[in-house]
Amino acid sequence: MLAEGRNGKKASSHRLRCHSINCPKNCGLFSDHLTYWVSKNCWMEWTDAEAAAEARLGNKHAFRVLVERHTKALFRLAFLMTGNEQDAEDLVQETFLRSYKQIHNFDGRASFGTWLHRICVNCSLNLIRARKNRKEESPAIAADPTFHWLDHVAAPTPSPERLTESSQIASMLGPALRMLSDAERTAFILRHYEECSIDEIARTLGLQTGAAKQTVFRAVQKLRTALEPAWGTKR
Amino acid sequence: MNRLSAAHLNDEQLMDAYYGEFDASGHLTVCDECRGRFDRLRDVLDSFREYPIPERDPGYATAVWSKLLPKLPKDRPQRWWLQWWTWTPALAALLIITFVAGRLTERNSQAHGISEKARERVLLISLSDYLEQSQIVLANVENAAPGTADLAGERDRAHELLGANRLLRQAAEHLGDYADAALLDELERVLLDVANSPAHDSAANLDQLQQRIEREGLLFRVRITSTASRERGQKL
Repeated sequence: MLAEGRNGKKASSHRLRCHSINCPKNCGLFSDHLTYWVSKNCWMEWTDAEAAAEARLGNKHAFRVLVERHTKALFRLAFLMTGNEQDAEDLVQETFLRSYKQIHNFDGRASFGTWLHRICVNCSLNLIRARKNRKEESPAIAADPTFHWLDHVAAPTPSPERLTESSQIASMLGPALRMLSDAERTAFILRHYEECSIDEIARTLGLQTGAAKQTVFRAVQKLRTALEPAWGTKR
Repeated sequence: MNRLSAAHLNDEQLMDAYYGEFDASGHLTVCDECRGRFDRLRDVLDSFREYPIPERDPGYATAVWSKLLPKLPKDRPQRWWLQWWTWTPALAALLIITFVAGRLTERNSQAHGISEKARERVLLISLSDYLEQSQIVLANVENAAPGTADLAGERDRAHELLGANRLLRQAAEHLGDYADAALLDELERVLLDVANSPAHDSAANLDQLQQRIEREGLLFRVRITSTASRERGQKL
């Protein structure tokens, strides 16, 4: 048996047992906004804010919407921060887990994506700091001044592609980023890849706006110094 | 050197121009020197767009969710003292006890401390609240996926709701509201089954329970009664 929901969608009879007084889309197909069953016809249309509000009530399907929507962007950010695929995957898991536990702190002032990325950045910085501490404790690694996580990105063996000028420049990107401090690298990644505003970067890094802007500027200047000669030879 | 050389853009302005926060287009069209510096900066920064990010396969998000789900806390991620089931049953029980005690006191002493209407209003609002909470448990059970459902949370909540159910049913009978009393009686039996079900119920048992809720139209009746009780209570 099929019948129409309030927004005209066809629903099977079991969906018609609609008790949804709080369905964000008022679609009439929900069982109840607190249940763990969510109509596929509707939840895909939820905004992040709506899904986050549902997740706050314990609706794991709503949280799944957010996971599915933000996973790739979060992986990208985590990879840029750590330069390591496995670390990035672990960070994605850790970020979502932490965000679920802290979702009652999400006040909606920033977008959910921004809030999530902030958690990811903090998790990444914790990981990087922990790695550094361990490196300091480990004489074998500490004795190797060339070791850095970004070495995992730029393959050390020259490939045919690397013989071209553009790929030579590409191979310099990792070492150039490696020169930056954690704060500079984070600020640059947020500015350049995540397109965050200076205010957002300041909030994420716990800096004043002016200091955040200076951090981005220092990062850009260092990267220019490192890479401009290569562009000079290309011209 | 052109006439604008005295007002060349500094590096920070060039960076802001690259990120679209400073409009330098007018100056860059007339100043070759700044144009050259801007182009070099743009080349450098654009090259970072080529930074190789490993591709994830299309099922990556689903895989992340599958790994994440078992790690998520079972109940809603809120502070425990904000969770309704920690305080609502106790509050409902208190209201009902107050109501019943008031009735008995009035009968014995003919005292008129609280009006009949006020007591009925308390009962109806309590009944409505109680039915709303029961509705959540029933809906969760009914929509649980057989074989994978973890009903531990619903079991605990059903157990807590049972105490209030008996008091409410007695109060409804006392008022001569036999339809509500009958519904509460049916609800009590279902809640009893939920409360006594194993944490990971078998698919067959869960299916049986779901069919029972559906067959009796319990969820629908609970909701209708909840709404009607609230409306009646508010009108009194």
